[in-house]
Amino acid sequence: MTPALRARRILLLHGGLALLLLLCQFVLPDYHHTNFVSIMVLAVYALGYNLLVGYTGLLSLGHAMFFAAGLYGAGMGVHYFAWNPVVAFIAGAAAGLFLAVLVGLVALRTSGVAFMIVTMMFAQAAFLTTLYFNDVTHGDEGLTLTQAARSFALFGTVIDLTNPAIRYNLAWLLLAGALAVMLLVVLSPAGRVLIAIRENEERTRMLGYDVRRYKLAALGVSGLLSGAAGAAYVLFFGYVGSSFAAIPYSIYPLLWVLLGGVGTVAGPVIGTLLMFYLIEIARDYSSSYMIVVGAILLVLVLFFPKGIIGSWRARGQGWIP
Amino acid sequence: MTLLAVSNLARSFGGIQAVADMNFTLENGEIRAIIGPNGAGKTTFVSMISGRVEPSGGSICFDDIDITGLRSWERVRQGIVYTFQITSVYRNLSCFENVALAAQQQLGRDLPFWRHPPRAALTVAVEMVLEKVGLLARKTELAGELAYGHQRLLEVAMGLALQPRLLILDEPTQGLSESEIANFCALVKEIGRGATILLIEHNMDVVMELAHRITVMSNGRLLAEGTPAEIMANIDVQRAYLGT
Repeated sequence: MTPALRARRILLLHGGLALLLLLCQFVLPDYHHTNFVSIMVLAVYALGYNLLVGYTGLLSLGHAMFFAAGLYGAGMGVHYFAWNPVVAFIAGAAAGLFLAVLVGLVALRTSGVAFMIVTMMFAQAAFLTTLYFNDVTHGDEGLTLTQAARSFALFGTVIDLTNPAIRYNLAWLLLAGALAVMLLVVLSPAGRVLIAIRENEERTRMLGYDVRRYKLAALGVSGLLSGAAGAAYVLFFGYVGSSFAAIPYSIYPLLWVLLGGVGTVAGPVIGTLLMFYLIEIARDYSSSYMIVVGAILLVLVLFFPKGIIGSWRARGQGWIP
Repeated sequence: MTLLAVSNLARSFGGIQAVADMNFTLENGEIRAIIGPNGAGKTTFVSMISGRVEPSGGSICFDDIDITGLRSWERVRQGIVYTFQITSVYRNLSCFENVALAAQQQLGRDLPFWRHPPRAALTVAVEMVLEKVGLLARKTELAGELAYGHQRLLEVAMGLALQPRLLILDEPTQGLSESEIANFCALVKEIGRGATILLIEHNMDVVMELAHRITVMSNGRLLAEGTPAEIMANIDVQRAYLGT
């Protein structure tokens, strides 16, 4: 396959996916309309997670801290300092990036199982921090942002983030942007190096690459996307609470990515969408729906490790990035 | 001109002295073979030169610069390239991608970390190296699906794409057939015209054909050093290694 043909197919697949999500807003009933905003924002989180797990081969079990950094970074700013939502969003994303680099400087000294444990410990520390400063964060109970605080003026027009149509399209814009970032990174020479690190770290070092620097950069971008997703989440839904920093929010992205296809660009988006509704359905039947989540995780790891897009790629569709 | 000068290099693992008090120099343009019985410390020795193993004593100078404190990847950038004893290619990537990873590093070496060489130059560099080792026709095949001999060639191609000044080959002919070995020797001679080569090898025919000089190690120490003819005639070597 020529590079030009491959580029066209990649554009068609990912552009098509984005276009489909954009058009869904005109047919979805209200309830699902709101769900899709969630899904698109969480998909950005999944994309960020996948850059680290799927492309660099570093399994983090503590990504909730980066999502929560964005959530709290933006939410606290709006609540306490009446930041403009645009500023709050940028601050939230930056908080994710900053925390990721900080954690990375320590955690990247480890690898494999140790890396999983170290990231999980950091995330637990972050979670406990949100509880400890209960006076500020209101811990589990959380804080609600007012409608007034969630609107801002842009070129003379007021943009109200509680408005469903505005919210949907901004969420879509964020997802489309994140997809574009992922494609740019993954198809770039730097992306080639990340994949090389995943495939054989020692070999990559012996090709002259400063492996730790690439890992830190991947973790930074991963934290940035996770933080951006967290910031968007709090601005769109107006609630920030400790539960978003807890362990389930570190496990969900793993689940979304595994279902959609680890190490694929489109996979996390599909995975987030399907898993969101699987959990919705499970919740209708039982309050202990986390058992279902656990069962799905087991089945995926044991019988379906490549996920949906990954399995498709393995069937002779090697062009899929 | 001396390219590599190693003095008093040592390494112990626990109580075992793998390499002790090695003094060693390598001239520019030379093809040097290191031989010795299993466990003589050959791989540990070259691993210290490539930076994969930290020495517990001694120093290494490359091109008159002390590199003892440099990381392995920094040494690659200085031109010291190591090819693995156990074939270490990216099995899930194509031959092209495997070599491109090496060529991209070489071409982008002086660029800042986030910038990369132009695609056209990269393709030219990769195809030139694949052509040289005879794998150009297989450039789209996955490395893991190549025959063993071809994987070894790919490993060498990755080394070549880094444009080494010193190429370290760790038992490169192990597991190759007779005809593959003949081709391999021709390739190493060809590479030897542009680079200095340090070769660990058990196959004495290969050693005799390729090496300008031979270093013999035994029990982590230098036993003898000289031309192939001198080594063949050395009584100590015969006793320790050749077994006659």
